[in-house]
Order: sequence, then structure tokens, then C-alpha cells
Amino acid sequence: MAIVLEPPPSTTAPDADKHAGTPAGTPFLRRPHSSEGFWSWVTTVDHKRLGIMYTATGFAFFLLGGIEALLIRLQLARPNGHILSANQYNQVFTMHGTTMVFLVIMPVSVGFANYLVPLQIGARDVAFPRLNAFSYWLFLFGGIFLYSSFLFGGAPNGGWFGYAPNTSIPGYLPGRGSDFWVFGLLLLGIASTAGAVNIVVTTLNMRAPGMTLLKMPIFSWMSLIAQFLTVFAMPVITVALFLVMFDRNFGANFFNPAAGGDPVLWQNLFWLFGHPEVYILILPAMGMVSEVLPVFARKPLFGYPVMVFSGIAIGFMGWGVWIHHMFAVGLGPVAVSAFSVSTMFIAVPTGVKIFNWIGTLWGGSLRLTTPMLFAIGFIVMFTIGGLSGVTHSLSPSDRQQTDTYYVVAHFHYVLFGGSMFGIFGAIYYWFPKAFGRMLNEKLGKIHFWLTFIGFNLTFGPMHILGLQGMPRRIYTYDKSLHLGFWNMVSTVGAFIIMVSLLVCIYNIFVVTPRSPRVSADPWDARTLEWSIPSPPPEYNFAEIPTVHSLDDYWHRKYTEDDEGRLVRLPNYEAVRASSDTNVAAPGQHIHMPSPSYFPIVCSFGLVVAAYGMIMGHTNGANYLVSVVGILITIGGLYAWGLEPSAEPPEEHDGEHGGENAPPQPAHLGASGGTMALDAPSTAALPPGETHEGGTES
Amino acid sequence: MATTTTPEVLDESPGENPAEHGMSPVTNTGVSNEKLAMWSFLGSECLLFGALISTYFLYRGRSLTGPTPKNIYDIPYTSISSFVLLMSSLTMVLALAAIQRGDHRRLRLWLTATALLGTVFIGGQVYEFTSFIHEGLTMRTNLFGSSFFVLTGFHGVHVTLGIMMLLSLVLMSARGRLPQSKVQVVEIIGLYWHFVDVVWIVIFTVVYLIPSPVAHSTRPLQIR
Amino acid sequence: MRNSGKLRWTLKGPLALGLVLLLGGCVKNASQDTLKAHGSIARLQNSLFIPVFWIAVGVFVLVGGLVGVCIVKFRARSEDEAPRQIHGHTKAEIAWTIMPAILLASIAIPTVKFVFDLNKFPKNAITVNVVGHRWWWQMDYTKPDDVNQTDFTTATEMHIPVKQQVIVTLTSVDVIHNFWVPELAGKLYAIPGRHNKLVIEADTPGTYYGQCAEYCGTSHSNMRLRVIADTPDQYAAWVTAQEAPAAQPVVSTSPDTTTTTPGVTAAPTEASLAATGANVFKSAGCAGCHAISGISDGVVGPNLTHFKSRSVFAGAIFQNDDNNLRLWLANPPAQKPGSVMPNLHLTSDQINQLIAYLDTLR
Repeated sequence: MAIVLEPPPSTTAPDADKHAGTPAGTPFLRRPHSSEGFWSWVTTVDHKRLGIMYTATGFAFFLLGGIEALLIRLQLARPNGHILSANQYNQVFTMHGTTMVFLVIMPVSVGFANYLVPLQIGARDVAFPRLNAFSYWLFLFGGIFLYSSFLFGGAPNGGWFGYAPNTSIPGYLPGRGSDFWVFGLLLLGIASTAGAVNIVVTTLNMRAPGMTLLKMPIFSWMSLIAQFLTVFAMPVITVALFLVMFDRNFGANFFNPAAGGDPVLWQNLFWLFGHPEVYILILPAMGMVSEVLPVFARKPLFGYPVMVFSGIAIGFMGWGVWIHHMFAVGLGPVAVSAFSVSTMFIAVPTGVKIFNWIGTLWGGSLRLTTPMLFAIGFIVMFTIGGLSGVTHSLSPSDRQQTDTYYVVAHFHYVLFGGSMFGIFGAIYYWFPKAFGRMLNEKLGKIHFWLTFIGFNLTFGPMHILGLQGMPRRIYTYDKSLHLGFWNMVSTVGAFIIMVSLLVCIYNIFVVTPRSPRVSADPWDARTLEWSIPSPPPEYNFAEIPTVHSLDDYWHRKYTEDDEGRLVRLPNYEAVRASSDTNVAAPGQHIHMPSPSYFPIVCSFGLVVAAYGMIMGHTNGANYLVSVVGILITIGGLYAWGLEPSAEPPEEHDGEHGGENAPPQPAHLGASGGTMALDAPSTAALPPGETHEGGTES
Repeated sequence: MATTTTPEVLDESPGENPAEHGMSPVTNTGVSNEKLAMWSFLGSECLLFGALISTYFLYRGRSLTGPTPKNIYDIPYTSISSFVLLMSSLTMVLALAAIQRGDHRRLRLWLTATALLGTVFIGGQVYEFTSFIHEGLTMRTNLFGSSFFVLTGFHGVHVTLGIMMLLSLVLMSARGRLPQSKVQVVEIIGLYWHFVDVVWIVIFTVVYLIPSPVAHSTRPLQIR
Repeated sequence: MRNSGKLRWTLKGPLALGLVLLLGGCVKNASQDTLKAHGSIARLQNSLFIPVFWIAVGVFVLVGGLVGVCIVKFRARSEDEAPRQIHGHTKAEIAWTIMPAILLASIAIPTVKFVFDLNKFPKNAITVNVVGHRWWWQMDYTKPDDVNQTDFTTATEMHIPVKQQVIVTLTSVDVIHNFWVPELAGKLYAIPGRHNKLVIEADTPGTYYGQCAEYCGTSHSNMRLRVIADTPDQYAAWVTAQEAPAAQPVVSTSPDTTTTTPGVTAAPTEASLAATGANVFKSAGCAGCHAISGISDGVVGPNLTHFKSRSVFAGAIFQNDDNNLRLWLANPPAQKPGSVMPNLHLTSDQINQLIAYLDTLR
């Protein structure tokens, strides 16, 4: 289902015969056209709005996951804790992991890619704006679906890794949580695959003239690699989840040992997805840091090509290390040795990145702004996570550390000290671009230092706890294990992180809205997104730029003297000032894709189908609900296909049909004409139609 | 990676809708967005079927009870329906050639033929499933049943979706909404169709042709 | 910027000091400490981990130091500094590609060697088939002359002779569990349908704590075990005791209490209590799940033939004393979340009788 229900990409093309429509109206929903207010956000296809929505939703889930983390820490603060029952704790730690991976770091990274990739590569939107909206809504609904399990008999409680047969044989785990987990992840998988295809195509196909791949900003590069990994990794977990679903709902035997099924198959499939997933989570943050460091060091990224190729190397090698999650499974010595060695050697491209970042700092002129602090924090914290990762590659001794808090410490240094630090830095760095106001620096620094201290207090001691024999995923531990002290320290640290987040929220929602507006290029930055106003106009670039070099915008402002020292060009101020006025001339119409209801309709149908599958678990007749959901989605897809991506100007000549009309039944096709009348003033032709578009309308 | 250098060219490489000038859109890669998206989607699908086929392969001969493939397969029957599906790739090629020539009547003819052959294949699969169930093989019976029905079922759903898309194309063409300029739609759906066919060749080989190990081990294979 | 610099050093000083204090003063004797190896296998594992750990610390000091130097040395002194634009340095980049690779290759060699070392199994060693259950461990000791036959079965607490390698084979009857006694050896999964092999060895006599390390459901945290390393004499005595059949209730020798008349009203002696308890064991449903040699052969719950020879029960979370047993028998799921053993709604008399009976199973 995950894959086949994706709208075929071709269905997103405009309808050639929209002029033929009669004023009879649309078959389902009238085309939305407001550009402000609630419905404009619901129907938006603007990559910038969707990027903000992705990030904001991800941040909201981050707070939920954070509350779960605090509950975990409260429960474990002392031996024999009683804050949560065993089953409640198991739900909370499962949801914490699932949330942070699938509902926070992934979508926030995708949110940043959504917002930034078109801006960085000089495009007006992503390749498939409505598919983009579909991905977002499905992500949101999938998240709500997962969390709704708390209302319907208990949240997932099989761990984010959901090992079979614990999850696959009903009855082993109390409640229906595993069903919600399976279908929630399937929904999120469809959402991320669709989003990933979109970003991959956008990045490969829609770069501004002159922007060869090796002139592309590093964040776009790392996002591209991460999204490629998503495209190829998601189907693997989709299959694994389907197998569990068939076991649970239809009595199949895939992971049933009584029928000869092998639970280790689940682990192989899950980690074959799961390890690339780790790089899906960290590569975008590496890209963010690689953008921030050069700006605040006033030096180019050290060894840009090496950074790109090490990213590619990580992307490839990430497929060959998954067994290191399974060193205690009891696989043969040959397999274990091979994967130990491959795991060690994936540290090489990662190490290269770390040294190249230091090379970027070295000899620079460092401005320790909040984004820079988070970026430097990333380097140091990620190094700790990477090095403890190397100790995990020692498979014989990893038999001691695996499944202990040492692992918990390790991946939090990678995912919090790494990904989240990178994301926080990115939020501070790009906030002025997205909202036209600078986040308060003083509060930002307080946020950083509280996070830095709280983070290390929380997760540093977990190394010790793990080595002292504290297994993962336990809801309680006995006093006789003498683990109380470091657990208490860790809990204190977690609350310091909470305070730091409150500072961040206060900064974003209370202080910053009252701060003065900033110019287009407040940081004196390097990439194309800073060459347009803050926030950017809907069409991004009034005129698609022509790119001559890596960090093109920087080279419009600076050059180097004979010794390689930075020299401001005479038109430095003029270039920066012109960025603020880089908007379409009056009368110039730039036609953007029009808003649409159908992405949200399609994603809604899939969620209905998922609820039907869960209800069907108790009564087969309820599977009809799923059928209804699928029909909603299919109907939505047809309507989507019939609706042109962008509304045509009124006098548009229908003979010039779009190239790629969808496979659509003609009987639904009589809708275009009215919609053209409803078209918003700027909407008509696709992004990229600049002056030509203007003359046409 | 080919990179265009002139702004004019690039301005015709918009988002999800190509320029409405009746020209093939030009992009950095020279492949249209839609086609590139289909290619990456099919890449994703490769991993999907790869995982399913691996699962089937891993569980070959490890069912603890019958029926086994040997008891139940009717290879000649399935070979014929496989041949039918293969033929549909040929008709798909003919359909594409027809629209490239601007021959809309033939386009509809070949598209309908493709869909029809696909339907025959699906009908054959439904019949096969039914007869297997009558012979006592369901998803619940054993590992073979689970992995067989899920793998071939997934493929069947893909073929069914393909048929729906083909029929939509026929309807569009009949309403005059599939002009020659939209040749790429046919091409992209053809890509999908060929992919589904190729996957069937692999499935047919792995599932039906390669004999499964005879011994039914009482215990799952242990890598040691 | 300047402020943050001050902040940095004013915070880092006390923080470092605090950490040193904590490290110095507060680390207690954790009873599952992986770093305190008490056997050859755990020692082998540590001999790999500890050097690499310090190498990693060294690399971290290098990286952190370089970052620190950058922050101090290359801090912007004015807004208009014009640093040299270094786009890269091929030789340096090759160097820091190759050097980590060499370092990693040098740790890869012992790693691979140790992988194979850990897959060497002693011949004619004592073999214990350990079976994971939700949420307790079953130990089937095999016959010394035939590892395919079970000599006797116990649970939760296993004995091994000191300074002798013992083979533990692992499987599970339900979900995946993970056998882990940190001071003796690294962990290994117990997977339904698979049979894994692990060697453990203890240097010194003593009790070693362990627990299930793979999430296995509600009471995963309560699936603990103990390994008791005995001197050879103690071990031999223990084996003999375990091989013995279960103590038979004294009913047959007592004329006024027979197995068919459980309602004894005379002042109950310990013996008659126990005899009644044996009947309760059979009639109240215990026998369906628990095996006691000569009485019942249930396989769902732990074998109770020599129940009182064990110091702990219910997944080693309770001391094996009357008080804990009373609480347990009154309502197992309340004592151990998710417990497979249901609340049998025993009366307090029945519980006392059962406790008396269990007390005889030494």
C-alpha cells in the first residue's frame, strides 16, 4: 500500500484542456485562491510555507517527545521509581524514540530542505508543489494518528525498533499499540518517500543556470544524499512493516517461530533500513553546520569537494554496516567480522568531515554568534558520538555495550549533540531569512549554554551507566545495582535541557516578534537565499540568477587578493542593499502554482484507511472503512490529476497543452474554466516562467 | 550531470507542470521532472520488491508443514499467464510508438490491448490464488503460503494500478485530451508497466522456476 | 560575543571541577559493572574495549583541543578582519583520511581475531541450555556424558564451577531475550527457533548479577538472573542435590491426612501444612504450569523441584522468603507487572499451605 498509493508523478501535471471547462464548477471542491488566512495555509503548495509548517510541526512533536523524555528521566531518577507503571513506561519510551526519529528529526530536516533547497539552487518552487503539500499533510496526519493511540487503548509499546515476534504476535504486548505503530510508520513512510522523490528531482533538475552539481551549496548536497537514502531505505521498512501487519491482521507466519518463521529477518530488514536512516538523520545537520561555519569564520568551507564526496561515501557505506546493530544476535564470525570492519571504516569519511570543519575554522575570523556556537557544539558533541560509535564497532566488546545505556549515550550524542545541535543552529541562522527578524542573540546564547550543559549532564553519565551494567529500555532498576547517582545527575540534566527549551520558546514567540526587522543578508552570508529579501517573496527570485561559482552570492560581494586574503568588492554595499529590493517589478507577473485541496484530501483518505485497518483487527467488517479511505484517496488523486498545477491566465490558449497530463478520466474534466476565473493574481504559469509568463498574462 | 547554462532554457523547466509551449521541458539533467520522479520511484520500488523477494527466497523450503510449492504449482499454467504479461510490454511499446506518430486510434487500441492483457494476467492470478486456497494453501498455512501470497499479491496490486492508469489514458485519449504533445505521459506510464513486467520475470524465476530445497528443516537455518 | 567567552570559561571551570569530584567520590560498586571482569571472556572483551576507549579519548582531546585553539586564537577581533581564504589543502586532507584509516585498521586486526576467539568452544565442557521465558530464565543442565539430555532443570539462579569454562546455549520459548551477566561475559540473544552458544567463566567464587538485556515486553526490567560460581566441591554437591527428586510431602506416612482429604482441621504441623500445600499445588492450578519432579510436569513456569535451594524467585526480583512468597502468591501481577502467572485468588490458608510445601523443596 505504501508505495502503490503514491500518486504517480505524472498525475501532477496540468490539464491541457482546462479552457474547455464550462462554468459548471469543480466536481469536488472549488479551487482555493486566498493567499492569507487559515485556508491559505491548508491549501498552500508554496515550498516555503510547507517548509515552515514541517519545521513547526516537527518542533511541536519535539516538545511532546521531550515531555516523554522527562517522564523517562523522572521514572529513572531513583531506583524502583513509581512515576509510571511498567506498561506506561514502555509506551513512553517507544513513543519517545518513534517521535524523535520519525516525527522530529526527519521532518524538520525535510522542512529545512523544503524551505532552503529551492532558494539555494535558485528555483521558484520544488518540482511537484502539490506532492510536497501531500507529504506534509500525511506526515502531520501520521503523527496525529500515532498519538491518537493514547486515546484508543494505549500507545505503541514495542520499542521504536519493534522487534518481532514481540510486535508481530498479538498478545505479547498489551494493547493495540503495535497496530498503531505499524500503520503510523507506513503512513509516515509514504510521506517521506513522496517528499524525498520531490526533493531529489528538484535538486537534480531545477538548479539555476550555471549551478553545476559541484557549485551547489553543501546543505543542498547533504539533503540530496539524505533524500536519496530515504527513497531507497523507506521501501525496506515498508516491507518489514507489511510483513508484521500480515502476521498481526491476517495470521501470516513471517515472524512466527512456531511455523518456522525467523525473527532475525525482521532485524535484518529493520536495520537495513535503520542504518541508512541514521544518516538520513545526520547528513542534513552536517549540511547545516557546513553552511554556518564558513559564514561565521569568514572563510570558505575547507575542501568542499571532499566534503561532498565524503557525504556520498557515507551514503553508500551506510548500506553496508547494519549488522553492527545485531552483534549480540549470534550471527557467524565471518559476518560479524566483516560488519565490524565496515563499521570502522565508515568512520573515515566522517572523520574527514570533522577535520575539514576544523580546517574551516582554522585561520578564520570567528564570530561566535548563536548559530556558530551550535555549529561548534555540533563538531565537539558529534565527535564524542562518532568515537563511541567506533567503540561499538569492536564487535567482541560491543557484546558488553550493546543494549545498554552506553548505546543510549552514543546515539544521543549523535542525534541530539549532532542532529539537534545542527538543527538549532540552523533555526537561529535561517530564522531571519524566513521571518525577517533576528532571534534574540542574548537569549540564543543562554539557550545554547543551557542546552550544552544540560545535554552533557544528561547523556554524559549514560556512558558510565551503560558500562556499569544498566540495560536499555528498563522501567526500573534495583538499588543493589548502585546506579542511582548517575541516573539522578542525568535527570537533573534533562530538566536543564527543558529550561533551555523554554528560553528558546520565549525567544521565538515573545521576544523576537518585537525585535526590529533585518535586511536580506544579516549575517553577510554566502549562498543564494541571502540574495533575496527576508522573508522571500512567494516566487523567490524575481529573476532566476545565473551562477558562476560556488557560494555565488559571496563572490558578488568579495574577492581575494594575491595572498588569498578577503577583499571587499567596491559594490559590496550595493549588492547587499539590492538583495532587499530583489523583487518583481510592478507589472511583472510571476506565475506560481495554485493552492489545492487535493493533497490534504488524499492524505486524509490514507489515514482513514489506516484507522480502518486497526478497527478491522477486531472485526473484519471494519475493513470497509479502509476501502472508503482508499476510495477517498483515489478520488482525490483523480481530482488532483484533473486540476492544473497552476491556474492559467484567462486568455490562455488551450491548444498549448502541458506536456504531462495525468492519466485521468475525461468525465471529470470539465472544471478548468471556472478555476481560471478564480485564479489569484500572480498565479497562472509555473515557477520559472518569468518575463515570458508576464507577457502572456 | 549535464547542466544548462542559459537562463532562457532553464526558465522552461518549471515545477510540476512543464512549460505550456508544447515543447519538451528542458532541465539540468535533460530528463523531465516527471520522468525523473518515475525513475526514482521505480528505484524505490526495486528495494520494495527486493525485500519481498529476499523474504520469499530466505523462507524457501523452511515451511514446517505442507503444501509445498512442488505440490501445488502448475508451472505450464503460470508460464502462459507470464507470457501474457510479457506480451503486454510489447503492446505498450506499440502504444507509445502510435502516439509518437500521432496515431491516436492505434494508441487507444494498443493501450486497451495492454490493459486487457494485464487483466488476463490478473484474472489468472485470481484463479491461481483461488485454486491454491482450495488445495489448502492460505497465508496462514505455512511460511510458503505467507511469503507466496504477499509477494505475488503485492505484484498483483501493482499490475492492477497499472491497468487503472492505462484505462485512464484510453479514456483521456477518447475525449481528445491526450494530444501528441503529451507523449511523455504514455512514456512514463509505460516505464511503470515495463518495470512491473520485469519484476514479474524475476518473481516467476525465483518463485516458480528455481526449485525449492527439498528438505524441510525442522529448525530455522542457523548462520554459524 | 565577549560575554559568551566569559560565560564559557566561568562555566567550564566549575563544571570540570564538579565532574572530577563526582568521578572521584561517587562511583559506587555497581553490581553489574562491565569494567570489573571476573572471568576470562569478560576480560578478553575488556582488553579490546579499554585500549580503544583511551585511543578514542585521545582523538577527542585532539579534536576538542583543535576546536578550542580555533576559538581562542581565531576569534574575530574586529568586524572587518580579512582572513586568508583557504579553500582546501589536498595533502592535509589525504593525511587525515589515511591516518584514521591506519588507526582503524590497527584496531580491526585484534577485533577480527577476538571475534573468532569468542567462537571457540571448549570440548567436554559443562553445557547448560538456557531458555528465555517472559520474564524469567530456565536453566536445563545437560548430562555430563550427553549434552542432548537434560539432567535437571532449574530457574533464575544458575551455579557454575569456578575457573571452568561453561557453555551456555540460548533459546527462547516466546520473544527474543538477551542473556547477560556483565562480569562474566558479554551478552547474547536468546531467540525462539535459534540456538546460540556462549561461554562463561568465573575466576573467583561469588554471586554474579545479570539480567535480560533485550526489550521483551512489560516486565523486561524484571527479568534478572544470578550466576553463582562455586568451588568444585560446592558445585558437585549442588549438582547432586539438584539431581535428587523432589522432597515428597509426608502425607503418605501420616494416617489422618491423605491426599484426598485436604481439609485438615487438626492443629497443623509444618509437615501436615506442607502435605496440604502439595494438594493445593495440584488442585489450585499450579501444577498445570510448574514442574515438580514426581508431581507435575508443567513447562510454562519455572521448575520448582528444588525451589527453596534458590535465594531469589520471580525473575530474581524477590528474595525467596515467606513474606515475599505470601505477597507473590496473593497476586503475582501486582508484584510483577504483566506476570504470566495469574492471580489464582488463593485464600490465605492455601497460601500458607503452599508456602509450607514450597519450603520442603530444598
